[in-house]
Amino acid sequence: MKKQHNLLDLFTTFLKIGALTFGGGYAMMPIMRKEVVEKKQWADDDDILKILVISESTPGVLAVNSATFIGYKIAGFKGSLVATLGVIIPSFVIISLISVFIIQFQQLTWVAYAFKGIQAGVAILIFKAALKLSKKIHFDLFAIIILVCSLLYALFSEFSVIYALLVGAILGIIYGFLIHVKEAKADATHTS
Amino acid sequence: MLLTLLKLFWMFFKIGLFTFGGGYAMIPLIKDELVGGGYISADVLINFIGISESTPGPVAVNMATFIGMSQFQDVSIGASLLGAFATTLGVVLPSFIIILLIASLGSKFLQSKVVNHAFLGLKPVVIGLIISVSIALIIHAVLPNIDLKQLNLDLSGFNFKGLIILIIVGAVTMFYKKMSPVKIILFSAILGMLIYGLLPW
Repeated sequence: MKKQHNLLDLFTTFLKIGALTFGGGYAMMPIMRKEVVEKKQWADDDDILKILVISESTPGVLAVNSATFIGYKIAGFKGSLVATLGVIIPSFVIISLISVFIIQFQQLTWVAYAFKGIQAGVAILIFKAALKLSKKIHFDLFAIIILVCSLLYALFSEFSVIYALLVGAILGIIYGFLIHVKEAKADATHTS
Repeated sequence: MLLTLLKLFWMFFKIGLFTFGGGYAMIPLIKDELVGGGYISADVLINFIGISESTPGPVAVNMATFIGMSQFQDVSIGASLLGAFATTLGVVLPSFIIILLIASLGSKFLQSKVVNHAFLGLKPVVIGLIISVSIALIIHAVLPNIDLKQLNLDLSGFNFKGLIILIIVGAVTMFYKKMSPVKIILFSAILGMLIYGLLPW
C-alpha cells in the first residue's frame, strides 16, 4: 500500500521538477533540492552532492541522472523508471505540441525575424556556457593544448567529434599516469 | 520508416553516451551527427536550441524530442510522435542504464585513478568543442557563406544586421551577467523583429 503511494508521489514530484525547470541540468538542482530534500526528505544534501559528482564523471543528461538515482534509492528499479519518466514527460508533451505548430509559424515573416534574432542569442548563450565550464578546470599547458586542438579539430575537420573525446580521454589517462609517476619519484627522493 | 527510426534511436543513443557536461556539450555531437548526416539544416538546429532553451525541461530531452518530431512532419503526427519517441528514448537510455548500474553496484570505480585521469583530457576537449560551436554560430550569423570545413572563405553575403544584433546581445549579457537563458532568447527574438522588421535596408 505504502509503496504504491510512493511510486505515484515519486512520479508527480519529478513531473513537477521537469515542468518547472528552464534550461535543465544545473538550473534544475535548486528546484530538485527543494522538492526532494526539503519537502519529501527522500534524500539529503549528501545525496545531491553525490549525484553531482557522479554526473560529472559519467556521460549523459544530468536531469535523468538525478531522477534515476533518487528514484532507485526510494523504490528500486520501478522507482528509477517512474522518476525518469516523470522528469521527461513535460518536455516531451510541450515540445511535441510546439513542433506541430512551429512549422506553420515559421512561415510568418515576423516569426522568421524573431528566429534570426534568436540565432545571435543562442550563439552568445553557448559561448557563455563554455566560459562558465572553463572556470571548472585547472589550466595547465596540457589542458590549453588539448582545448585549442579540439577547438580547431571541430571547426575545420569533417570527422566526428567523438574521436576528439576518445583521444582526449586517452591522453588524459597517459598524462595523469606521467604526473603520478613523477610525484612518486619526487616522493622517493624526498624520503631518501 | 522502421529503419529511419532505428537510425534516429542509435544516433541519439550515441549522443547521450558521449555527452559529458550537460546540454551544451551535446550540441557539437548533434551538429555532427544530424546536420552532417543531412537530417536537419544548421539553421533549423539553431532554432531548436533557442526554443529548447526557452521551454521547461532538460535541454537535451527538448532537443531530442524536437528533432524526432521534425523527421516525419510530412507523414503524419503519429509518425512524428514515433520519431520523437525514438530520439528521446535514445538520449535518455545511456544515462538511465549507467546510473542504474552505479546505484545498484556502487560508485567505487568512479573514484579510480583511471577515470579521474581521463577527465584531465576530457574536460578541455568538451570546452574546446563548445567554444567551436559558438564561434561557428557567430561566423554563420555575420558571414553566412563561409564554410570552414571546406576552407571556403567566401566573404560575400555579409550580414550587417546580424552583426548589430550579436553586438547588442553580447554587450547586454556582459552587463547583466545574471540574465537567464529564457530572457536572453526573448530579448534577442524581440531585437530580431525590430532590426529585421523595422530597419529600412
